[in-house]
Amino acid sequence: MANEWERSSAVPVVPPVRPRKLAKVPFVELADGRLQGVVSSGSDIARVYVSSIAAKTHGFSCSTNNNRPCGGLRGRPCKHLDSLMDEAVLQYGGDRVVRYLHLDVEPAGATGRQLMAALRGTQVSTPAATVFSRFLHHLAYLELPGSNEPIPELHWFPSSVAVS
Amino acid sequence: MQGTQLKALQENDSGITGALDLIAGFDDALVHGFARLGEERASALAALAAAMAVTPLGERVGEAVEKVSAGSIADEHLMALAGARAALFGAVHDALLSLLDEATGRRRALWAAPAGAVATEHPNLLAGSRSWLRELAIAGWRGVDHDLVSGAAQTLQAVLAEPALRRLAVLLDGLAAELRAASPISTMERLPVRRWADLWTRALLLSQPGAAARPEPEPVSGRLLILGVDVHEHATVIQLQVHGILESSGDPRLVRASVSAPKVDTIVGLAVWQLLQQHKVLLHALARHTSLKLTEMPLLPGGDLIWDDDKARPDGEADPFVTARLVLPNASAPAVSPLQRHPAGIAEPVLLEGYTATDVSVNVSGTELTVAAGRLPLCGPLTRELVAASTACIGLLRWDAGRWLIQPLAVQATTKKAQVNVHNGDWAQGPTDLKAVKTEAKALDAVSVLRERAGRLLRT
Repeated sequence: MANEWERSSAVPVVPPVRPRKLAKVPFVELADGRLQGVVSSGSDIARVYVSSIAAKTHGFSCSTNNNRPCGGLRGRPCKHLDSLMDEAVLQYGGDRVVRYLHLDVEPAGATGRQLMAALRGTQVSTPAATVFSRFLHHLAYLELPGSNEPIPELHWFPSSVAVS
Repeated sequence: MQGTQLKALQENDSGITGALDLIAGFDDALVHGFARLGEERASALAALAAAMAVTPLGERVGEAVEKVSAGSIADEHLMALAGARAALFGAVHDALLSLLDEATGRRRALWAAPAGAVATEHPNLLAGSRSWLRELAIAGWRGVDHDLVSGAAQTLQAVLAEPALRRLAVLLDGLAAELRAASPISTMERLPVRRWADLWTRALLLSQPGAAARPEPEPVSGRLLILGVDVHEHATVIQLQVHGILESSGDPRLVRASVSAPKVDTIVGLAVWQLLQQHKVLLHALARHTSLKLTEMPLLPGGDLIWDDDKARPDGEADPFVTARLVLPNASAPAVSPLQRHPAGIAEPVLLEGYTATDVSVNVSGTELTVAAGRLPLCGPLTRELVAASTACIGLLRWDAGRWLIQPLAVQATTKKAQVNVHNGDWAQGPTDLKAVKTEAKALDAVSVLRERAGRLLRT
């Protein structure tokens, strides 16, 4: 079977993310060696928090997109980081999050809260600008025009419910 | 399509095994990187060069293998190697397609369009893309890490912003996302060896000046009878490819209409229809099973309509199964554009009837055919359960990993003693199923939240 998988042109490599409500945490990603994302402020619709947790070291950070430190961070994760983790579990499944961050937890059925409790890191400063610009880049896709000309390369990318 | 026709298709391999072995040798070199070829992989490349020797590419491929084996890896050498791999797969594609045409009795047009003019647009963007692909080839998949993947970001962003390079952009973005998700690849247990070599090769071909140039379309008018819709997607794009039959002057002919939209990974499932709402006439025809009257719609020589909603209007009701039974057997197929000759692009509409099915295969009078279960889209009502309960389907014949597959686009199935017809495009105007309506609310919410965030944050 492994051989057949390796000889296949159309095998799925990245499982599609699961649908989730985006109002509170519009952006979550496992990238650049971090779980990182953007959390909308509950009180000011123009303000967002940029939160991240590093893989392996579990160093965490949270600040506004203008680099003002989050008031909720006092040597331990704030509620924005809690939300980030909850949504990451919804989006990717606990399995992928545990593997990416190298958390020492039984992944089956793990909740965001359990994963937060397994963090061993301390507060670090991560430049919010990097993550925020990735979010803006992400949003910019929605501003690109569509096309009515065929993209034959997409035969390699079937839409699929089943990922083996 | 009859069981005997399927049997004839599956029993003949037309000598493609030898070509696939040569391709596997090249793909293995990409796994470990051209900087670390070693004796065994160098001799696999030499075999590739020997096989190409009598072709017009022969000399260039021979020289490329020599230089690359000696450690000099230039753009032109990689291009020659990619060309050799593409030519081999082109030959495999042609052999498979002629088997299929023979088994189904399908007539196919010959490619007659003139080669596009040599274009010189966007030299820097194409050079940037080639340079990243070269780094990948030197490092090999095993040597790819976060830095190498991130190295593509700037080029990618610039390529994405250029509509003329959309095909390349979509491909590079898809490949980069897979490499990012898999990094560090050195520790991966197994690699999608064939797939990544396919994507790398096609990307390098599309990074040549003029590769994206398309031949001139001709305007066509007549009635379009829809067979079904195939859905393609990765994190940042969704494409609908509608297969249908155009009745105009002359024989009915198979055509496709493709519309696509950029998206992000969190817009999945039912939400994707929302992104394609500007093609209302097309979506309406999919959801309501109507034919369309086309007036002066541009058609490319490869059988692709350049869709324009203003040049189509709804016609009468037209059951795709009736179309497949009565019109499909006499429809002729378009020629395949030379650069698109790869087995992964084979997607030929067929009708299968009177079979028994499981969720992994159908049995047509004693001949088994595997179901492409990985191609049932997230945004439609077609499920593996429905396929297992079906006795007839309109599907696309595909070929992957050495075997033929059927990808259902629509099935006739018996559930709870009632017979139902279920099509991929049934939810094009919103779900018709109560459970799906709830899921849709969540999906639509995703699109509006992100549009609101984009409106507020991108312009401040």
